[in-house]
Amino acid sequence: MTNELDIFVGNTTLIDEDVYRLWLDGYSVNDAVALRVRSGILEQTGATAAVLQSDTMDHYRTFHMLERLLHAPPKLLHQLIFQIPPSRQALLIERYYAFDEAFVREVLGKKLSKGTKKDLDDISTKTGITLKSCRRQFDNFKRVFKVVEEMRGSLVDNIQQHFLLSDRLARDYAAIVFFANNRFETGKKKLQYLSFGDFAFCAELMIQNWTLGAVDSQVDDMDVDLDKEFLQDLKELKVLVADKDLLDLHKSLVCTALRGKLGVFSEMEANFKNLSRGLVNVAAKLTHNKDVRDLFVDLVEKFVEPCRSDHWALNDVRLFLNQYSASVHSLDGFRHQALWDRYMGTLRGCLLRLYHD
Amino acid sequence: MPGKLKVKIVAGRHLPVMDRASDLTDAFVEVKFGNTTFKTDVYLKSLNPQWNSEWFKFEVDDEDLQDEPLQITVLDHDTYSANDAIGKVYIDIDPLLYSEAATVISGWFPIYDTIHGIRGEINVVVKVDLFNDLNRFRQSSCGVKFFCTTSIPKCYRAVIIHGFVEELVVNEDPEYQWIDRIRTPRASNEARQRLISLMSGELQRKIGLKVLEMRGNAVVGYLQCFDLEGESGLVVRAIGTACTLDKLSSPAAFLPACNSPSKDMKEIPFNEDPNPNTHSSGPSTPLKNQTYSFSPSKSYSRQSSSSDTDLSLTPKTGMGSGSAGKEGGPFKALLRQQTQSALEQREFPFFTLTAFPPGFLVHVGGVVSARSVKLLDRIHNPAFVGIMGNTRSYKLLDWNSFNADEPETRDAWWAEIRQEIKSHAKALGCHAVVGYSESTSICEEVCILSASGTAAVLNPRFLQDGTVESCLEQRLEENLPAGCGFCHIPYDELNMPFPAHLTYCYNCRKQKVPDVLFTTIDLPIDATVIGKGCLIQARLCRLKKKAQAEANATAISNLLPFMEYEVHTQLMNKLKLKGMNALFGLRIQITVGENMLMGLASATGVYLAALPTPGGIQIAGKTPNDGSYEQHVSHMQKKINDTIAKNKELYEINPPEISEEIIGSPIPEPRQRSRLLRSQSESSDEVTELDLSHGKKDAFVLEIDDTDAMEDVHSLLTDVPPPSGFYSCNTEIMPGINNWTSEIQMFTSVRVIRLSSLNLTNQALNKNFNDLCENLLKSLYFKLRSMIPCCLCHVNFTVSLPEDELIQVTVTAVAITFDKNQALQTTKTQVEKSLQRASTDNEELLQFPLELCSDSLPSHPFPPAKEHLESASSNSGIPAAQRATSVDYSSFADRCSSWIELIKLKAQTIRRGSIKTTVTVEKASPMSEGNFRNRSAPPCANSTVGVVKMTPLSFIPGAKITKYLGIINMFFIRETTSLREEGGVSGFLHAFVAEVFAMVRAHVAALGGNAVVSYIMKQCVFMENPNKNQAQCLINVSGDAVIFVRESELEVVSSQPPTANCQSSCPGGDVTT
Repeated sequence: MTNELDIFVGNTTLIDEDVYRLWLDGYSVNDAVALRVRSGILEQTGATAAVLQSDTMDHYRTFHMLERLLHAPPKLLHQLIFQIPPSRQALLIERYYAFDEAFVREVLGKKLSKGTKKDLDDISTKTGITLKSCRRQFDNFKRVFKVVEEMRGSLVDNIQQHFLLSDRLARDYAAIVFFANNRFETGKKKLQYLSFGDFAFCAELMIQNWTLGAVDSQVDDMDVDLDKEFLQDLKELKVLVADKDLLDLHKSLVCTALRGKLGVFSEMEANFKNLSRGLVNVAAKLTHNKDVRDLFVDLVEKFVEPCRSDHWALNDVRLFLNQYSASVHSLDGFRHQALWDRYMGTLRGCLLRLYHD
Repeated sequence: MPGKLKVKIVAGRHLPVMDRASDLTDAFVEVKFGNTTFKTDVYLKSLNPQWNSEWFKFEVDDEDLQDEPLQITVLDHDTYSANDAIGKVYIDIDPLLYSEAATVISGWFPIYDTIHGIRGEINVVVKVDLFNDLNRFRQSSCGVKFFCTTSIPKCYRAVIIHGFVEELVVNEDPEYQWIDRIRTPRASNEARQRLISLMSGELQRKIGLKVLEMRGNAVVGYLQCFDLEGESGLVVRAIGTACTLDKLSSPAAFLPACNSPSKDMKEIPFNEDPNPNTHSSGPSTPLKNQTYSFSPSKSYSRQSSSSDTDLSLTPKTGMGSGSAGKEGGPFKALLRQQTQSALEQREFPFFTLTAFPPGFLVHVGGVVSARSVKLLDRIHNPAFVGIMGNTRSYKLLDWNSFNADEPETRDAWWAEIRQEIKSHAKALGCHAVVGYSESTSICEEVCILSASGTAAVLNPRFLQDGTVESCLEQRLEENLPAGCGFCHIPYDELNMPFPAHLTYCYNCRKQKVPDVLFTTIDLPIDATVIGKGCLIQARLCRLKKKAQAEANATAISNLLPFMEYEVHTQLMNKLKLKGMNALFGLRIQITVGENMLMGLASATGVYLAALPTPGGIQIAGKTPNDGSYEQHVSHMQKKINDTIAKNKELYEINPPEISEEIIGSPIPEPRQRSRLLRSQSESSDEVTELDLSHGKKDAFVLEIDDTDAMEDVHSLLTDVPPPSGFYSCNTEIMPGINNWTSEIQMFTSVRVIRLSSLNLTNQALNKNFNDLCENLLKSLYFKLRSMIPCCLCHVNFTVSLPEDELIQVTVTAVAITFDKNQALQTTKTQVEKSLQRASTDNEELLQFPLELCSDSLPSHPFPPAKEHLESASSNSGIPAAQRATSVDYSSFADRCSSWIELIKLKAQTIRRGSIKTTVTVEKASPMSEGNFRNRSAPPCANSTVGVVKMTPLSFIPGAKITKYLGIINMFFIRETTSLREEGGVSGFLHAFVAEVFAMVRAHVAALGGNAVVSYIMKQCVFMENPNKNQAQCLINVSGDAVIFVRESELEVVSSQPPTANCQSSCPGGDVTT
């Protein structure tokens, strides 16, 4: 006796959160059943394995049918086939678009193309996330990217509107889209200590201050592309390190202000010119796409690592950066105060976030 | 009387991509009614076209309006080749044809294609202008309302219940026409859908005409079925109960009726009765137009009034009924005569209702059923008819074939069967059959026609045209103790139609009752039940040799009596095993396949307080000298006894101990018992009579004489009770549970198993079938575990045998949550039960002002209500505990808003300590509670698609149905030629069932409704051909579209100042947005 056909359809579509998670995690029906058995559900409910199998199949079928709609979440809200309470709809969408930290760190900043998709096999082996789940997450990134890529208006708002994600998740997706578009390198070994949260934080600051949208909210791609003009202008900052007088003045202003307040004052004093040169050169190089991609590598190499090797405390870094950027206002010969603030304001935030073990 | 049908096509959305090149669609719409077609413009390159068409107007006869569906086809325009169809929408415009139902159909409909399923949605507005407004329904059946609900719909009052209406229409099945060989599957499916739509429209119109002939205005319990007879055609048949219904002006009832002269005079006296004394002098109240009073408890019955003038108007009936209580026999006969005269002019005194207005059902005799095997190729064949009179006696009747001169039309076939049923009922001393239904099972050219119902004696008042006033019925009920009257035997004890074991009623101790009662109806609301009920199923398979035509029919005919006997034995055993003594909602389905017959009987077992405690089951071995065997038997016996004890505990069956003397000894079997009353047709042969009178022995004895019997006993014990927190029944409400909360989940589950051809023995087959059903139930319990504590109500199993080795079981049911804590406190007094019922439909109270609270409330419109209440209820002599509950239950707000002040007081005083504590809380602070609910359950809050509830029940727990919008009756075909790609058979059917639900919901929403009640999936025919990667499925569903309002919302409405009431008195729209 075999079940040739076995279905259950409720007027309100039944969603089992646990099974949904297993499905999202890419387990096959049999694996999912095994995992559910291990969770002790049989003992709790007195059900048999056959019942569990049938239940899991049903849910998987439902999810499979829902997947098409989840690709365009507003459709899920307007469709008539599945009657699902809004709270459940939100849960379905949110979970579907949720991603694994391990996975996103592998893909962040990479081109969301067929080539990357081919690498998913390796990512799956490396992270232990099923290939199916990797594909779903990758396709989600790509889908969101395609939809909002050339849209005007706020990136986060656009994502929220078209994918009905929570604010938190929409921000994460904004970061992913931003990184993918600018192809920031995040995979280098020295960047491995950074979490997705670190990058997302930086992305948000950069979107707010360094993109076209920061100056004009009526442009296409406003939040996705960096403001080219601004990047060009950053060359002007070079004077801060090129002009020896200016550099010395800057250093003395910072040192005067920080004397006695910094635990690593002598190290700072000794390293000031190197650090300053590093930060300004990063800015000056941003005209080249290649250097934009290496932004985070450069920041870590030129600033985070030197400070870390001298055992700066985070608070020391904060005091230094505050003083470092503020002191520029007192440099009479420097005319690009606004530019400096736009650059350094964001960079300071990023560096503080990036400065940890 | 012609009419004008107006249609406007507004927009489409989510259309499929029809042009691969542009990934877009150039869509336009064809609107067709009858032979007229209109087209919209082509809306270029969009998946969300905005046609915003003009009003397309069709000027048509009302006959066409009733028969024809509106057909909307969405197409993709193609300049160079033929336009591609995207899909269709059929809209039944019948609901627009009666005055009280929907006025406009407007909303998003899924665009359906029989090959691709749902492909986007279309927004349509449909209106009908019927000319000659004043005389609108005089010459056509347009005005007749149809209800699937098998009880009097909640916002109506039955003035007269006329009786049985039936009709069938036959046509050739397009699938089997020659043209089918050259047309596409899509064209063929669409032809079929359209034809069936047409046929059901025609059928409904014809039934409507019959109803008008009977001077009724509605059909209740309307059941329409399709018989796909294959080559020989397509039969659409319907049965129903014609009634004259009066609309209860429910919206008006919320308003302060005192201030505005109500249009309906019938409502007024009750609402406005200024007499403040009625409460204390109960008997003086009878209002002239009060139809009848139903007394839910003994304590109440002394209140019922009698006005002698009324009595004198109908002295004969009065005499008969009045004496029925005490003297029994001869007077009962008189009563029967009275009623008979009312029923005699009817060809078939059948009623498709399963629940009745109080007082309607006087006695219940037992289940009557008849089956007949027919050959579809119009060759005369032996017919078989069986009877199960009071479930005990078994007779084989009419083995000789019917008169060969008789035209063998489908009509005649059914007439024969109905005639049988009628005579069986007569044999049981009953003049009517209630809970009547008909069904067929077809396999190739063999067809089994079945009909069954419950023989009953009815109160004649409802059946007569001149409305008899209340007095005599009150008399009747006064004397008949409530809650057990229907159990009393309707037949003459000295002249019993079958051997039965009678005792005096355990409730009133005056009348005789049988020891077991089987019925096809719902448990009457006033019945006294001990403990809870449970679903009981008997399952059976019998192998049959493959045979052709006549030989096949004979083989089936030969098997049927044995199947019925075994099904019956199983039911009886299982009932005893549960420690119960009555079955309600019994439905026996016999399904015929190529090489086997399947029997599936479902019913809800209960313990009726009026019937004797069932004896146990005793096992007797045939070979008593074998020691080990003996031991085995005693082991089995112990197991059975344990199970019975366990079940009694599980279902809380603790009947009060009654000493034997009080009851009196069982009535000795009259030796001179004659069988005069038996159905005439059975006269032929005593030999074939099977005696099911196990009741003669005190305990039920099972003899184990071979392995078969052993298996049977084993299978008895394999039925696992549902997990704790779950109950199940196949009736409307679960006896013993009365505190439903509002969460409901209707579902359909389908399973098909393939039998391995090797082990095809009866035993193996039985086991497979048993496992299939049990596993299915287990799966349901598991799936719905989050709803615990809950009850599966109206569990409806359907078995079919689509192929040689396939068994298909389809289950539709609704899971309803209930409050466990409250359940524990509940004592099962009658008063509460009827009150509970009252709370689920307050409308009933509207009609029966005397019913529950007349002693206390309605007479006290003025504020010092609290004191009055107290005194009033203490006057009435109802014990204090009951008083508290009785006041609590009824939502007076619905009844008459002039009591608003009173309600407020009540909320503070009397509700304390009532059973329904949570409800009290809600009612006490409706605003905050309501808001909170909206937040926690956002479906109604910000969903873009309105929630439409579906339920097979006639009510929605915690809500009040305010309007019936019309019948939903839909037929869909879905076919695929890419079965694997659609996820195999399960994927295919899963999607299809979900689509059917979606289309039903969309139609209801477009009518302005927010629920379907009495929903039923009448057919789910599934065929597959995995080798060809093909499958086809046909589904037929029906139900009543309604608007309901949550009781909590009603409270909000009624506690607001009257000015606000006017706006909120039609709250349907809000809910459905």
